[in-house]
Amino acid sequence: MSDERKYRWVGTRPIRHDGVDKVTGRANFGADFSLPGMLHGKVLRSPHAHARIVSIDVAPALALEGVKVAITGADMPDIASEMGTAGEGQVDYAEVSRNVMAREKALYDGHPVAAVAATTSEIAEEALSRIVVEYEVLPHVLTVDEAMAPGAPILHDHLRTAGLDPVPDEPTNVAQRIEIGRGDLAAGFAEADEIVEHEFTTQMVHQGYIEPHAVVARSGEDDQSVVWCCTQGPFTVRAMCAKLLGLDVSKIKVIPSEIGGGFGGKTTVYVEPLAVLLSRKAGRPVKIVMSRQEVFRGSGPASGTRIRVKLGAKADGRLTAAEAWLAYEAGAFKGSPVVAGAMCMFAPYAVENVKIEGYDVVVNKPKVNAYRAPGAPPAAFAAESALDELARKLGMDPVELRLVNAVKEGSQAIYGPKFRAIGMVETLQAAREHPHLKAKLGPNQGRGIATGFWFNAGMQSSASVSLNEDGTATVVSGCPDIGGSRTSLALMAAEELGIDVQKVRPVVADTETIGYNDATGGSRVTFATGMAVIESARDVVRQLRERAASIWGVELEQVEWNDGQALPINGADEGELEPLSIGTLARRAARTGGPISASTSLTARGAGPSFATHICDVEVDPETGVVQVVRYTAIQDAGKAVHPGYVEGQYQGGAAQGIGWALNEEYVYDEKGVLQNPGFLDYRMPVASDLPMIDTVIVEVPNPTHPYGVRGVGETPIIPPLAAVANAVRDATGVRFGDLPMSPPTVLARLDAR
Amino acid sequence: MGRIHVRTRINGEATEFLCDPRQTLLDALRDELQLTGTKEGCTTGDCGACSVTLDGLLVCSCLVLAAETEGHDVGTIEGMAQGETLHPLQQKFLEHAALQCGVCTPGFLVAAKALLDREPDPSEKQVRYALAGNLCRCTGYDKIIRAVLDAAAELRGDTR
Repeated sequence: MSDERKYRWVGTRPIRHDGVDKVTGRANFGADFSLPGMLHGKVLRSPHAHARIVSIDVAPALALEGVKVAITGADMPDIASEMGTAGEGQVDYAEVSRNVMAREKALYDGHPVAAVAATTSEIAEEALSRIVVEYEVLPHVLTVDEAMAPGAPILHDHLRTAGLDPVPDEPTNVAQRIEIGRGDLAAGFAEADEIVEHEFTTQMVHQGYIEPHAVVARSGEDDQSVVWCCTQGPFTVRAMCAKLLGLDVSKIKVIPSEIGGGFGGKTTVYVEPLAVLLSRKAGRPVKIVMSRQEVFRGSGPASGTRIRVKLGAKADGRLTAAEAWLAYEAGAFKGSPVVAGAMCMFAPYAVENVKIEGYDVVVNKPKVNAYRAPGAPPAAFAAESALDELARKLGMDPVELRLVNAVKEGSQAIYGPKFRAIGMVETLQAAREHPHLKAKLGPNQGRGIATGFWFNAGMQSSASVSLNEDGTATVVSGCPDIGGSRTSLALMAAEELGIDVQKVRPVVADTETIGYNDATGGSRVTFATGMAVIESARDVVRQLRERAASIWGVELEQVEWNDGQALPINGADEGELEPLSIGTLARRAARTGGPISASTSLTARGAGPSFATHICDVEVDPETGVVQVVRYTAIQDAGKAVHPGYVEGQYQGGAAQGIGWALNEEYVYDEKGVLQNPGFLDYRMPVASDLPMIDTVIVEVPNPTHPYGVRGVGETPIIPPLAAVANAVRDATGVRFGDLPMSPPTVLARLDAR
Repeated sequence: MGRIHVRTRINGEATEFLCDPRQTLLDALRDELQLTGTKEGCTTGDCGACSVTLDGLLVCSCLVLAAETEGHDVGTIEGMAQGETLHPLQQKFLEHAALQCGVCTPGFLVAAKALLDREPDPSEKQVRYALAGNLCRCTGYDKIIRAVLDAAAELRGDTR
């Protein structure tokens, strides 16, 4: 049904509703908000990777004119361990509390140890330098290798490895061991004609959103706090501030600003609870804006990893066995996305004998946070690089090898369920037919392909649709719009109501104006919040038909809604009833039963997975080791693209981030565990001159569980590029790069060693 | 240290403000003049979110002291649209979906306008290098480059 439907608005490319505000500088982002009488907060951070905090003396800071309050770990309530939602994942509030403010120990360079609020940010900065902290520096671990080694320095004395039976009673840095699999691995490898085995490492990388975290908090004597901040999850910020400070959720109101990028990185709290606490103590509003250096040192990047992969296949390409071992850095507290990585890495393939073993490892680096398809890119980098080597050994075309093994509707996913309609085969076929695959390569150039899979999330959403008295409409949701989702929601309402999308005003509301919404994350807003909008809009349409039926004196079944007006049908059309437009019905609402609006709260199930195939051409400079991406094509299943311009944008942006991960981005630490490149000059993200145009193909295999067939699209695009680039470099140079990033010195060294 | 009285022109309008001698133009625009369209991404001149023009020359306002603008002309994103009419660059950014989160957008627009003011017919490569000082993490630059090239074509059409 959904694939045959003709759409009037869905699938068009209107100008986004918040567009003019954003091209004129009028849009208010996190740091753009201020209040009268506001204080400026600053955070003192540990300069050590691992240190016992012997004492902190804030008195010299408080003695400075203009400094109003100071807080340390002693001011934070001790809270019990309790799991809560953050983005797509789960976090322990007790550990969030200890991440936003250190207690007995500082666990990474950048870990907050104190905060102050003063009348100006200059005075606050000066105050930080007067706080006296006595540290006892401890030995540290920075990588999974160091952290898992026998006798390694231990971050948390209480930590035991979950997932082992029995759980060993020894302190460890391994928070969890997981294993997934099926079939008979040994038999699978015995059956194979070819076997490949490779090892891979990736480095910690950052989401790199351009807008640093920013917050203004205002607290009153009645314990009520209002928090203005840039976040993907205003309800998450509300829950975390309440939990961390021991307050009822109803005491906190979060008003999300426009958000300057997040990519998963703004699904938890850092400075928000500190601002609330400072404002409560000071009795004045407090603003905290992170510097870029603080964003790198003190917010949550993505895990560095070590991964081993072994694949076996028959001569015809059919995979007989797949084995993997993954260890992911969690940062200073447990909770790396190793589970998701393990579940995703072979998900595109129907292989019967599988064993994947994963380790969640704490290290003295910032606690990782979600980054676009959290956990999947390093795992797919390993799996797709190994597949490329397998194709070479088998003498097979890499697209054909993947087609032979591709999952389709009815295939049992390695992580459990049977796939419903999915587009893995369709994206590979689109790749095979794309002119890019047939284009000639120049000297020093090579081509690589790789695929990607992401589950996508549904989760909880609330949205309302209100009909205005002139027949226009307002759509209210509680999911911050991070890449055009507001307009996608308006398109869906316009489709159902039958009115121009520019007559629909979509609004992102605060936590007191709309029902609960999980965060913008998991590629879920257009899918899940969209469902809530569609349901609400359909309710509004039903009410409109009821009003028309009562005006006409006919039954509801005798009124059809079509193109923004009520039409008489089923016998009612035999009389002389004129159609009633939405505007007419809206104007007469007061006399036909009152205002017309509807709201829907739901848990969206059936988020359809999105598969992608990317094609990458690189040129490798043999004299400098510089790898330039010269052509790139991203092909992905969107189910149904609601606003194709913003779907393409997700493909292009994800590809660019993945290219950065492959080629240049990495956290660089010195031997003391201090981050050496906490700035955009040395943390080298792709700039315009680094990239070519990024061609896109939107494949549409409708998601059977969504009214329009929509799938989330935001995360999958970052998964294939790491291997697509590495496979292209392999093609160009004959060298397999298992260690990312493939930065010029690394590439040059390997080329010279050939 | 006392505050400095600065007389300048911002978006063509005579403007006076007081600033700390250490205060950057970025902070003065945002904190003293409430012109928050100019964004802070790094304060080290690496991201371009704070791009403005100083006497027509593209600069990072985080690398200019506010006091240095005495007697000079500053151009910010707030001055780009003329009354109710968007500049063609702004219009093309909207039509091409050249922004996702939008926080880098003011800087890109100011930098792109500075490019087109001196080079009305740039190649794709020229646009990419001219905008290499502006970081965008959302779009992969594709739609931004297309919007700038399209706006350049329209501007050339208008003046011919």
